[in-house]
Amino acid sequence: MATTTATSGTAGGTTKGTGGLFDTTRSPRNRHRKVWNVVAIVLAALWAFPIYWMINSSLMPADRLRSTPPLLAPIHPSTHAFGQIFHDALFWRSLGFSAAVTSLAVAVSLLSAVLGAVALSRFAFLGRRAVLVAVLVVQMIPAEALFISQYRMLDGWGLLGTVPGLSLLYVGLIVPFTVWMLKGFVDGVPVELEEAAMMDGCSRFGAFFRVTVPLLGPGLVATGVFGFLVAWNEFTLAFVVLASGDRLTLPVWLRTFSSNLQETDWAGVMAGSTLVAVPVLVVFILVQNTMAKGMVAGAVKG
Amino acid sequence: MSDQLSAGVGGAPALTAGAAPPRTRTGNRRSRRSLLVPYLLLVLPVGLVCVSLGYPMVKQFIMSFQEFGLAQQFGRPPEWIGLKNYTTVLTDSYFWVVVARSVAFCAVSAVLTMVVGVALAVLLQQLSVVPRVLLQVALVLAWAMPPLAALTVYTWLVEPRYGLVNWILTSVGFEQFRAYSWLAGSQWTFFAIAALTVIWTSVPLVTLSSYAALNQVDDAILEAAQLDGAGGWTRLRTVVLPIIQPVILLLFMLEIIWDLKVFTQIKVLQSSAGNNEATNLLGTYVYETGIGGGNYGVASALATVMLLLVLVLTFRYMRTLMKQGDL
Repeated sequence: MATTTATSGTAGGTTKGTGGLFDTTRSPRNRHRKVWNVVAIVLAALWAFPIYWMINSSLMPADRLRSTPPLLAPIHPSTHAFGQIFHDALFWRSLGFSAAVTSLAVAVSLLSAVLGAVALSRFAFLGRRAVLVAVLVVQMIPAEALFISQYRMLDGWGLLGTVPGLSLLYVGLIVPFTVWMLKGFVDGVPVELEEAAMMDGCSRFGAFFRVTVPLLGPGLVATGVFGFLVAWNEFTLAFVVLASGDRLTLPVWLRTFSSNLQETDWAGVMAGSTLVAVPVLVVFILVQNTMAKGMVAGAVKG
Repeated sequence: MSDQLSAGVGGAPALTAGAAPPRTRTGNRRSRRSLLVPYLLLVLPVGLVCVSLGYPMVKQFIMSFQEFGLAQQFGRPPEWIGLKNYTTVLTDSYFWVVVARSVAFCAVSAVLTMVVGVALAVLLQQLSVVPRVLLQVALVLAWAMPPLAALTVYTWLVEPRYGLVNWILTSVGFEQFRAYSWLAGSQWTFFAIAALTVIWTSVPLVTLSSYAALNQVDDAILEAAQLDGAGGWTRLRTVVLPIIQPVILLLFMLEIIWDLKVFTQIKVLQSSAGNNEATNLLGTYVYETGIGGGNYGVASALATVMLLLVLVLTFRYMRTLMKQGDL
């Protein structure tokens, strides 16, 4: 797989103009580019439509939502639904809980992932292969098949419905993948750089922290964001572990929001969904290139 | 410097001494100490994963051989009953219905996701800058959507009376869709919506990763193939796809795992559908038996069988991946 060296490519490149699969100067396919462009724009619109519809519906006055034909754009937008949520104490409590669980899980995962990635990337040791295989295999364990004993474990330790309890479960979801991802980034920093620093009198660890860690910046961001996404978006474990009590993460809060009402308040639910989704969408847009690169780096390099 | 590292392995204070950079210059001691370093680095990540996933897995495996119902919940010690939970599970015809349904759902969703995902990646390579960025942004948005927010929107789109989908269908003349309930109306439309939500969320990862991989294919190889007279399609099939195969295989494997254990989508859509028995997949069935029904022993056996199923289905891909990934 020498041709797929992960570190050199312009992954997800928005800067890449020509080349790649079809030679754009000589290939007859070039003539079809206009058609493909149109197809792509239609597909983009279709793909983004549910998100547009969510925001659109959240800005509708409740009575307008039940009108036929449905209004395709909010002509007289109303922030009533958002206002109601902002006055909902449970929303703020859930937001706080979500933020706490997410930050703890991400901080711990990131630290673990750096340590694990360095071990796997920079050292040859007995059992390295076993750990690498384990990193892959662990991701195959269906978390959904474990939630019963995870629930009982937290119950036994008195951690049911607590920040550390839920964070612990999330760390298990995040760490295997982030170790894998970050390992790709560490592999990408030439070990010679560290060796040069060691020649200049740095210790091995000094060299690592002074030379490699700064170069890992994008990898750390991508890894952190991945962890943020998993923890912020996760529903199953939160749903199971938080089933009782009023300490909810935002996705679970969204659930109670719609099922508590006789007739679903669609404007409200859509506003709630928008509030949960928008921070994620913003963060994600900012880092997706780095993330895709990290995944490919992890996948292509052993 | 080294302090940061020691702080990192703080979970194992007794071991931190070994993580400090060797001060002595005697080569022998130095190498013996650095032999320990990778293991020390792995203490925190491996330890945490063991607590979070490993321990529950072992407990669950043990529980699957025990009578563990409501009585045990209230303190009665569990009784060993050998394989009884497994025979209960495996002789239940409903279990096999659920397995067949899950495998079918997984196959359809995973294959469609891969086909659409890779096709979109190839399409991305054909585009001018603006449409490409638009499509990428749309995909990224869908990828990042919290599953629960996405599900709520889909439920709203197919809402029987005021949903957009039924309105469009009735206005173009399909009168049978007036107030039709996609989720409660039939198993088939229920699973169609479930698959749609799964595919909508998972295609972006496949597309953007394959696109990143496609861009790493060496142009020189493509030019050579072109000089040899290979057309675009032939080049894609014989040159490009084999080169990005490791990425595709990894993604396919992940899709299979994810789609087989799918829980959130089914659970949430079920609350609008009502008929859980007709729409259960493995994930929701385990939940219903365990947390819902308090039958932890049987649910653990179910979960173990589910785990084995995932292993069997992905074994071949795992092996290929390990060979190619040069582990």
